[in-house]
Amino acid sequence: MKLIKANAADGRVIAGGQSLVAAMNFRLARPDVLIDLNGVKELDFIEETPGELVIGAMTRHAAFHKPVCDGPLGRLLSKVVPNIAHYPIRNRGTFGGSLCHADPASEWCVVAATLDATMKIGSAEGDREVPAADFFRGSFTTAVEPGEILVAIRLPKLDAGWGTGFYEYSRRKGDFALAMALTALRVEGGAISAARVGLGGVADHGKRMADLEAALVGKPATAETFAEVGKLASTLVSPYGDIHGSAEYRRDLTATVVARALAEAADEATA
Amino acid sequence: MTETRDITLDVNGKRHALSVEPRKNLADALRDDCGLTGTHVGCEHGVCGACTVLVDGRAVRSCLMFAVQAEGTAIETVEGLASEDGELHPLQQAFWDKHGLQCGFCTPGFLMLAVGALRENPEMTDVEIRELVSSNLCRCTGYQNILTAVRAAADVMRAGTNG
Repeated sequence: MKLIKANAADGRVIAGGQSLVAAMNFRLARPDVLIDLNGVKELDFIEETPGELVIGAMTRHAAFHKPVCDGPLGRLLSKVVPNIAHYPIRNRGTFGGSLCHADPASEWCVVAATLDATMKIGSAEGDREVPAADFFRGSFTTAVEPGEILVAIRLPKLDAGWGTGFYEYSRRKGDFALAMALTALRVEGGAISAARVGLGGVADHGKRMADLEAALVGKPATAETFAEVGKLASTLVSPYGDIHGSAEYRRDLTATVVARALAEAADEATA
Repeated sequence: MTETRDITLDVNGKRHALSVEPRKNLADALRDDCGLTGTHVGCEHGVCGACTVLVDGRAVRSCLMFAVQAEGTAIETVEGLASEDGELHPLQQAFWDKHGLQCGFCTPGFLMLAVGALRENPEMTDVEIRELVSSNLCRCTGYQNILTAVRAAADVMRAGTNG
């Protein structure tokens, strides 16, 4: 931590390096000093408490290929992880590095935002905790200040009544997502009693969508509801257009990924 | 930056003492400093997979890590696959038999990718192999023969020969 503080001005912390080293190879990033966290084994852990999953920042993506805990949260994380790049990248890239890089199309950022994760940020001065709602500040921008690192992520567990869904679309498997939706639903007597919805790839960073959650609660868990809420989602986002897809195309995709992720969550919740 | 660091890399069970710039990536160190040119450098940003090697048994892009980060790990490259007497690894044999290569530039990366994945999961399904093979780029074969080769090798390796 002293080393990180001393190099706060011109140093960069390197986690898995799967984005940073690529940027350095392009000479887009030219840090004077790199501080490597790969030797810090204390940051590579997964701990389970009764209510939370605590993930060390240096936990590799590949750790989630199989469920890391019982219940909906472990299943959800293992559903999400195959969408992250490709196998060799998942062997090296880290959960915490992905959150700190804060790519708009990062799957873990959508998970953290939608499930209200709490980030533990450390520095030579000590630790502080930041909720996901305050952590993501914009594209590639987070609450982690120079001289600080992300230490761990606390994810609240979902109890057995929740079903979860995740749907992402990219032009080629492993590419950056054009749109993705993460959902969690509780269904009682055919009606939705609680909902979580998050979107990625269609805004400056992964976001929890409270308006969509409010629109779901009390409605029947049917394809009509999911299509309607998907359509609502497409009106709430302002994606940018680029060579991979126009803004209009991404808005249309938003409706589809939301509806599909909701259908998956409802299936799981009522199974 | 011209200062260098003295490191020792364990590659295919042999120790290589090197003096490298901290900025040098592992792929370049393997090729330039260890003389192991089987690991190929294609895109240099993690997309093509030609530089895939095993670090502590796991398939990773050697262009996306620095040589100094690999000190203290066990590195495996394509040169370590065949046995000392020249007998090919089942994956190499299958790529030959099933025409899993044409120009051969991508082949070392595909071999190391598949070695690492099959070591982790010897029971890979065809769907899993298809997904795995999407990790690397091949511009010649159209992938079909690579899939066939990995499938064939997985079956041979599971039947209990080497690997």
